Amino acid sequence: MKNILKPILLLAIITTISFSSNASEQSKKLLNLEWSFKGFFGKFDRASLQRGYQVYAEVCSACHSMKYLSYRNLVEAGGPEFSEEQAKVIASQYEVTDGPNNDGEMFTRPARLSDNFVGSFANEEEAKAANGGSYPPDMSVLVKARKGGANYIYSVLLGYDDPPSDITLDDGVYYNTFISGNKIKMAKPLSESLVQYSDGTPATEEQMAKDVTTFLAWAAEPHLEARHKLGFRTVAYLIIITILVYFSLKKVWSRIETEV
Amino acid sequence: MSDQNYTPKSKLGKWFNDRLPLLTLRAHLTDYPTPKNLNYWWTFGAILTFFLIAQIITGIILAMHYIAHADLAFESVEHIMRNVNYGWLIRYFHANGSSMFFLAVYIHIFRSLYYGSHKSPREVIWVIGMIIYFLMMCTAFMGYVLPWGQMSFWAATVITNLFSAVPLVGESITNWLWGGFAVGSPTLTRFYSLHYLFPFLIFGLVILHIWALHIPGNNNPIGIDVKQPSKDTVPFHPYIVLKDLFALLVFLLLFAFFVFYSPNLLGHPDNYIEANPLVTPNHIVPEWYLLPFYAILRSIPNKLLGVIAMFASIFVLVILPWLDTSKVRSAIFRPLYKQFFWFLVADVIILGYMGAMPAEGIYLLVARVATGYYFVHFLIIFPILGYKEKTLDIPLSITDPILGDSTNQSLAKEQINKK
Repeated sequence: MKNILKPILLLAIITTISFSSNASEQSKKLLNLEWSFKGFFGKFDRASLQRGYQVYAEVCSACHSMKYLSYRNLVEAGGPEFSEEQAKVIASQYEVTDGPNNDGEMFTRPARLSDNFVGSFANEEEAKAANGGSYPPDMSVLVKARKGGANYIYSVLLGYDDPPSDITLDDGVYYNTFISGNKIKMAKPLSESLVQYSDGTPATEEQMAKDVTTFLAWAAEPHLEARHKLGFRTVAYLIIITILVYFSLKKVWSRIETEV
Repeated sequence: MSDQNYTPKSKLGKWFNDRLPLLTLRAHLTDYPTPKNLNYWWTFGAILTFFLIAQIITGIILAMHYIAHADLAFESVEHIMRNVNYGWLIRYFHANGSSMFFLAVYIHIFRSLYYGSHKSPREVIWVIGMIIYFLMMCTAFMGYVLPWGQMSFWAATVITNLFSAVPLVGESITNWLWGGFAVGSPTLTRFYSLHYLFPFLIFGLVILHIWALHIPGNNNPIGIDVKQPSKDTVPFHPYIVLKDLFALLVFLLLFAFFVFYSPNLLGHPDNYIEANPLVTPNHIVPEWYLLPFYAILRSIPNKLLGVIAMFASIFVLVILPWLDTSKVRSAIFRPLYKQFFWFLVADVIILGYMGAMPAEGIYLLVARVATGYYFVHFLIIFPILGYKEKTLDIPLSITDPILGDSTNQSLAKEQINKK
């Protein structure tokens, strides 16, 4: 009888797997990078984060907001770790509306570390109007909001191509091999030497895509390094205590096995 | 269980015990006689208790920082993740904790089915357990709505819309549930309120569940009653306590993997996009643990019948003790039932998978067959098996098979081997 069970379970598992492999074949396989922040001990590459912030500030932020981040995050451990002075300078380049003051009037002032990232548009409608009716999504948690995560963002950034001859594109629509439907309303954002890295790294498209994706991955998960660190300690502790409990369990149960 | 074991030594203790004999319950945690042949599938009760309490504690902390408002909920969750000290840990604990809770409850339920723990004299334990399970699903669903991401919003829309299938008053009911004419802030606040309430209802029911368990005592893998007094049992402490603790720690290792290294693996990426009533996601899916029921719902073309089928699939579980006619509890001595048990496991897994797929073509067909089998299993196979099945010989006592020197036991072994 037992012999019949296994084939049935196996059949269920095989159908499940074959269905799932079918489903994933529909879209082109994403580019896959060895991200430094993956794995049990994964950490962000500090220099890459700083370069990535530069790409974001000089390129992406023209359209994309990052409203859940504040300038102080740039200083915090586990992030790009700019010095406080650097971050203050970065913040002061942006203007925020504050107030009301004692006269009851709103005023603008340079941003401080405690302020959230300042976006380019006052609201979603303005952003849509400036981008052909399509809203450039906020990038604070974008890496977590897309299937494939960092690999997906990286792939889309590098996925621009000339459309095949059988596809005609409307004005303001671009061809991208990785986005679903292959049509994207964002123009190709990166091109060779678009930014000038201060650390002398050559600003190739791949390099910029990698840096900004790393930055976005950190932005979506700012406590990732703390999480990995605490995770290691927790697992180590759990393993030790599990072994200890196992031996006391054996010891205690050995009392009755002989008695019975 | 004798309640006489506890006699207070101090004057104060005696004074208190005369007025409220609370501490006599201590015996239920110490020398409560437990069958000594319980295997590790029996440790999931303790694991579930741990997770219920852990979910309540992390939930209360999250509630200190969360804001239940359509415009602020998503932002407040990001606030927890970024600015609250260890907020990310508490939220990931809570979110993945619910998945672990359901994983454990599914193992717990299937263990009951396999060893016949739902049968006389434990029907009440089973029914209370099923009510707990139903409340868990409600709680988890409402909790999924709280982050107010795209999946939260659209899951809430789909599920609350089900009630519009009710004839005549359907629309009134959905409007009443929503607190308006669409899912919005009033819906979110009432879900939040109920999401906070239900775990405490579950907690109360768990106490009843354990109370009901302590009347007949635990079932066991052999499925026969313990002989009293006998060497069939061990005191709960330290034997079972240590065993449960060990199993819990191993389970926590799996949990730690999710919390620390793959905290978003079991979630849906779309839930990191703020809810937008104007944009419908391509596929609206619930959390993995609700997928089998979602598949049953969608496999029926008529909305009302689909809703009825979904609730019926839970209801057949509730009345299972009276559908299962077999006198023998454990599947070890029920060769045919054992096979059908694994059919059911495969069926539920397939249903779960189909629930995650779009309801079309081959997926829909498979989901329909699997839904059909689900009901056939409970409504036809269970009652008939009890009459038709030739069960194996059952050992006289629990100590019997362990000692290995009884004729009964070697007979049973022989018969199992033959198959």
